[in-house]
Amino acid sequence: MKMVHIIAAGLAALGLTATASALEGDAHAPEKREWIFSGPFGTYADGDHGERYQLQRGLQVYQEVCASCHSLDLISFRNLGQAAGPFWDERFENPNDNTVVMQIAANYQIWDGPNDDGDMFQRPGIPADYFPAPFENEQMARAANAGALPPDLSLIVKARSHGADYIYALLTGYGEAPEGTDLSPGQYYNEYFTGGAIAMAAPISFDGQVEYADGTEATVEQMAEDVTVFLAWASDPHMEARKSMGLMVLLYLFVFAILVYLAYRQVWANVEH
Amino acid sequence: MSGPSTYEPKSGFTRWLDDRLPIIRLGWDSFVDFPTPRNLNYWWTFGGILAVFLMIQIISGIILAMHYVPHESMAFDSVERIRRDVNFGWMIQSMHANGAAFFFVAVYLHMFRGLYYGSYKAPREILWILGVVIYLLMMATAFMGYVLPWGQMSYWGAMVITNLIGALPFVGDAIREWLWGGFSVGQATLNRFFSLHYLLPFVIAGVVGLHIWALHVPGNGNPVGLDVRKGDSGKKDTLPFHPYYTVKDGFAIIVYLMVFATFVFFMPNVLGHADNFIEANPLSTPAHIVPEWYFLPFYAILRAVTFDIGPIDAKLGGVLAMFGAIAILFVLPWLDTSRVRSMRYRPLTRWFFIFFVLACLGLGWCGAKNPDDLVFVMGHDAEGHEVGFKFLWFGQLLTLYYFAYFLVILPIMGIIEKPKERPASIEAAVLGTDKS
Amino acid sequence: MTEHNGAPDGHGQEPSRRDFIYIAAGGAAAVGGGLVAWPFVDQMNPAADTLALGSIRVDVSQVSAGSEITVMWRGAPVFIRHRTEEEIADARDVDLSALPDEDARNENAGMEGAPAYDANRVLRPEFLIVKGNCTHLGCVPTSQETSQGGEYEAWYCPCHGSHYDKSARIRRGPAPENLPVPDYFFESETVVKLGLSGEEAANSGWAVA
Repeated sequence: MKMVHIIAAGLAALGLTATASALEGDAHAPEKREWIFSGPFGTYADGDHGERYQLQRGLQVYQEVCASCHSLDLISFRNLGQAAGPFWDERFENPNDNTVVMQIAANYQIWDGPNDDGDMFQRPGIPADYFPAPFENEQMARAANAGALPPDLSLIVKARSHGADYIYALLTGYGEAPEGTDLSPGQYYNEYFTGGAIAMAAPISFDGQVEYADGTEATVEQMAEDVTVFLAWASDPHMEARKSMGLMVLLYLFVFAILVYLAYRQVWANVEH
Repeated sequence: MSGPSTYEPKSGFTRWLDDRLPIIRLGWDSFVDFPTPRNLNYWWTFGGILAVFLMIQIISGIILAMHYVPHESMAFDSVERIRRDVNFGWMIQSMHANGAAFFFVAVYLHMFRGLYYGSYKAPREILWILGVVIYLLMMATAFMGYVLPWGQMSYWGAMVITNLIGALPFVGDAIREWLWGGFSVGQATLNRFFSLHYLLPFVIAGVVGLHIWALHVPGNGNPVGLDVRKGDSGKKDTLPFHPYYTVKDGFAIIVYLMVFATFVFFMPNVLGHADNFIEANPLSTPAHIVPEWYFLPFYAILRAVTFDIGPIDAKLGGVLAMFGAIAILFVLPWLDTSRVRSMRYRPLTRWFFIFFVLACLGLGWCGAKNPDDLVFVMGHDAEGHEVGFKFLWFGQLLTLYYFAYFLVILPIMGIIEKPKERPASIEAAVLGTDKS
Repeated sequence: MTEHNGAPDGHGQEPSRRDFIYIAAGGAAAVGGGLVAWPFVDQMNPAADTLALGSIRVDVSQVSAGSEITVMWRGAPVFIRHRTEEEIADARDVDLSALPDEDARNENAGMEGAPAYDANRVLRPEFLIVKGNCTHLGCVPTSQETSQGGEYEAWYCPCHGSHYDKSARIRRGPAPENLPVPDYFFESETVVKLGLSGEEAANSGWAVA
């Protein structure tokens, strides 16, 4: 049995190194927060009947604040109405028919074409369309942002160490640069950003920057949290299905393991080993 | 060890088939009435676990290939489409990515078991060598598979590993360009890696067939390392594989699958790297390029050689050390001079083995760290910077031990060590009748 | 020590209990195998992005009387023709016995096997909406308006010479069936929705004339 312990200890050490290697750069490590979606039972639902008000507010923050510079390439309007999405409504099994989603989509102008004259044209969006990007290409995005490229936000929570904790910390982490920090023009100090100098000005800077449709008070912290939850959903839209299915699978395997263990005991009952 | 077949076809059809293609007989003799030592412990269940994971990887991989697009501008998005739009795609993709990690965990435990119980010794040298071949094929497959999502780590991992080939004298550059199909990792590389990533698992399955064949000639080893006795007394040393070991393996497989499911459903990205959720960009390198965890020990050995050795420069030296670390496994059966298989009866070597396992884990730790990071701080220099024991030195020390274990310790210990007294037979070991 | 040479069955003091455990374990394996197979099968069904385009909305307000548009739906053409009064009259002035295919070929709920009167092929007489692949071998028929309409001045399939009339019914040539009417309804005065959910299909307004 000694070997069991040694290898178990070794595996634990490997786990430790994995977390240790995630702590990169000289940036301040973000504080670990408790999120609505944390833990094996966490979901995005916060309403009494499974509504997802926080996701809806987060979408509003994205639309009114982030979307002027950041694209959301992988998210389509229909995603907003799919199971566990911000506007999931069981009356509309096909999110394509979700009236709220259709309305949101129609508020966007989408490039299409060419038409019969060979010209590209704009039309109102439909649920199958994707969120249009604020800039046509990377070069245009850089030119409009003093050379910095605002990253696409579809996967941002997965694409950063510490995920949602990092995004929230970054959004609320702007401050005065300490003595001796080198900031070029167009750079701002954020202790959570690697190197401290970030080209994005504090995007959420004052209370009431967004007027929430549901009447929630729009403090800076509230807006930062809401948009982070929305971006977490955008990175991992099937999280709820994943967790609920995982619980069923583990439950099944647990029962199965007991049955097979009993069978094993019975098979070996008469054999010395 | 496999005596005369005990299979008796019962129906007309099976008799007819048995005369033409005795496939049921083969299955019966190999997996039902196969005489298996009665004292196998749970370390012997990893073979079955590996077979299950090879199946999981092949099935989930074939499915992913139905949706994946091997094109440099579409690969990343097509993987995201699998995760977002394909029915259960999120689950199948997570199974495949985490399945690779669990495949390696199982193969490492399987290999350490073989090292501890001397499973590589006569008459199982070919069995062991086939295992090392499988391991090499697994590494190639996993490496190419990791390139396919075409994230930043995929791209830069491929760049670093293929550049290793460039360290070879004279032919390095030509081979690297041939691997790339261009002047850098690009579309041609991605497309051929996809093709080979699809092919190699079937080659692995073939070699696994040989591995099982080579296993079934001498039969399983066992924790006491004794041969099954010849003749009728041999029956007292063994049990039929079914139901005794099918049910034991089955239980172990289910427990292992529970751990696997916990990762697949509750922490699908923990073993991955955040940078791989950023699409490959040849113009920007991630801050730290690290391979997947299962390559980290070899990565540490690669980086341990920082000095020129005669005409061999440091870069080539690192590459040779890394490949040598695997190549040495091929000759292991002839490096270990002891005639005692199981470490249970080798009081000294047993400790060297335990340190060997720790060294491998330590190398993995070094592989994950920056070589200039400190294992522990010993003080501060004049400018106030911390000084201490660098991971580079730690890695070099462990690399030295890794090679010394095979090249010095095993050959010498076999000659000077006095093994403990062993039981007379497997049966005696189980019943404890003559334990001294 | 000979008991290990046989299966463990038949030794028991409690045969029912030991049998139960083997059956339960075997049953659990079978159930698990069945459940795990479903995701691997279902992944080949149309994905969410494909399904999202399984129903589309078409604005027909710009299609003037006497003209038509072709829209792509589910990877194939659909003809939407705004018919004139004369065309409607022409399409309705046909005896059922003159038709090679007397079935309306209308895919809407409740229209199975309806007779091929023009009234059974349109929801609103002025808009004829049919799938645009010839029922012979799948070619796209040409239209009277843009090139060749065939003998009935409507649609003609150039591949093997099938003639369709102003209700897109087969009249002459090898095609066995009328051009099928997809499931659709008018979501508003000017918007046609192709591809209906179950509830929409029930309230789409289709009825056999």
